[in-house]
Amino acid sequence: MPEQLEQPNGRTSADAVGNAGAGGAMEFAATEAASIGQATAPSARARSLWSDAWHDLRRNPIFIVSALLILFLVLIAIWPQLIASGNPLACDINKSQLGPAPGHPFGFDTQGCDVYTRTVYGARASVTVGVCATAGAALLGSILGGFAGFFGGWWDALLSRVSDIFFGIPIILGGLVFLSVVTNTTVWPVVGFIVLLGWPQIARIARGAVITAKQNDYVQAARALGAGPARMLLRHIAPNAIAPVIVVATIALGTYISLEATLSFLGVGLKPPTVSWGIDISSASTQIRDAPHMLLWPAAALSVTVLAFIMLGDAVRDALDPKLR
Amino acid sequence: MDTLLDVRDLHVEFRTRDGVAKAVNGVNYSVNAGETLAVLGESGSGKSVTAQAVMGILDSPPGHITRGRIFFQGADLLSLHREARRQLRGARMAMIFQDALSALNPVLSVGAQLGEMFVVHRGLSRRDARARAVELMDRVRIPAAKERVGDYPHQFSGGMRQRIMIAMAMALEPDLIIADEPTTALDVTVQAQVMELLAELQREMHMGLILITHDLGVVADVADKIAVMYAGRIVETAPVHEIYKAPAHPYTKGLLDSIPRLDQKGQELYAIKGLPPSLLRIPPGCAFNPRCPMAQEVCRTDEPPLYEVAPHRASACHFWKETLDG
Repeated sequence: MPEQLEQPNGRTSADAVGNAGAGGAMEFAATEAASIGQATAPSARARSLWSDAWHDLRRNPIFIVSALLILFLVLIAIWPQLIASGNPLACDINKSQLGPAPGHPFGFDTQGCDVYTRTVYGARASVTVGVCATAGAALLGSILGGFAGFFGGWWDALLSRVSDIFFGIPIILGGLVFLSVVTNTTVWPVVGFIVLLGWPQIARIARGAVITAKQNDYVQAARALGAGPARMLLRHIAPNAIAPVIVVATIALGTYISLEATLSFLGVGLKPPTVSWGIDISSASTQIRDAPHMLLWPAAALSVTVLAFIMLGDAVRDALDPKLR
Repeated sequence: MDTLLDVRDLHVEFRTRDGVAKAVNGVNYSVNAGETLAVLGESGSGKSVTAQAVMGILDSPPGHITRGRIFFQGADLLSLHREARRQLRGARMAMIFQDALSALNPVLSVGAQLGEMFVVHRGLSRRDARARAVELMDRVRIPAAKERVGDYPHQFSGGMRQRIMIAMAMALEPDLIIADEPTTALDVTVQAQVMELLAELQREMHMGLILITHDLGVVADVADKIAVMYAGRIVETAPVHEIYKAPAHPYTKGLLDSIPRLDQKGQELYAIKGLPPSLLRIPPGCAFNPRCPMAQEVCRTDEPPLYEVAPHRASACHFWKETLDG
């Protein structure tokens, strides 16, 4: 009888309740932390899906490599001056297409701008577009998809058809049509366009995850104990449905960055004077036989960035999917 | 005694793609404060659906209440506004589920889930709610409650989880508890402890308890009266001890004969022949007639009403007299 083995403590903890009520939050947290090891075996410490996932991630070399790369990218996106002292827009036409020179390790492009400086500064546009577009698409998609899954009925039918329409728009063609009329040179029209075409993917995942989570007994139990729809959705369904959304969003981030480069390459994404890998790849592509270094560096930076985000997404998926354990 | 819950002529159907499944077809029962009603029946007999209709957590669609009324402390639940019903749930009436592992949220600590009752209904702060959660865990005799309040459901044993489920239902001292097969998922040794705890808390708080089960052994110890359900109808109601002595419906008799007994060691176990009817096609007349050893022509044509067999006893069998006499 396993239950009886646990019984003897029952009385003493009754006295302890008084302390918990009187003591402050600090004391409460401290006693709680101290007691984890003592209440159960040390190996069976309090673990949720998230702490389990973090435990897995810290030991995954793919995660460590991709996280370090992304950390580096984010740092130079915020402070490119850290590793590049020059000005990406200060060009000397006399040095057009010259190879590496002291202080200019990657050489010069057609306009005579320093390729190294431009490559470093290009991270900002890529990371900004990637992060903002993913955040926007994930937010919009999970809210709309979550509601569709939770409430079902006509709202679900309407949303599913609308997302079908957006799925039907070829993304490059859509970009050529919508973005060619935009004259704004900031990153925001591109971000907006990617969010507009990206949210249905997230919404589908979120809808499915919410429908699965909704059928769990604990949601029914919460309802039977008086939880309203908002509480059921936010506290019981959302935390159990968010993992697949995070996974898809992380992988999407990499593809959004390459999408930005593609659009910029086609001339409808970011526009000069914004510094972007896509723009540089585009202008270098015509000179590939004369000056391959102009193409090599921005293309390599783009590939490494996209790879880092997709690797991170893979690692996060492995950690958050209990079936893969 | 004042009537706590009164279910009258309740009809529930599920409109599915294959047709209309009549899950509950005219159920009547009542529970008084401090009383335990055991609702007995096979899977698909409508006992859980009736409970869901009472709680107001029927999945709709596809479930629809087509007829009947449910009075709780005199108020007609079915005419109440959705929000008013939500406030009843948890505070005045609560439910205990069969499988506590799936009925507890895996990503929230048990303390957070217990405390949620006080946050939702009493507007307590998280810290106060947590202190109340520890009290509750103590009350259902979970050892080292203060240390374990931050643990997650999967870190508890099955019996402990069911105690937490009971604590959640009892948190706000409701007047009515519906326990849907509370011990089915547990070991036999733990079953008795959990049932005992439930019965004890019920006595202390003078609650009405509806115990949904298919385990006749559990019923004998704790119930005051029994309602036996078959194909969405109540076929027999009786005070608990009388039903064991002399059942007044062939179905009840069949159930009682199916209990393994020590003095029959070595003999083949009795089983009621056939299967419960599909709720999409309930047979005409008495729904039990295809499986009934006493079935006559009248059983195939006329649905038997609930005959008053004795005070507080009723049976929906044309031949209740013959059944009673054995």
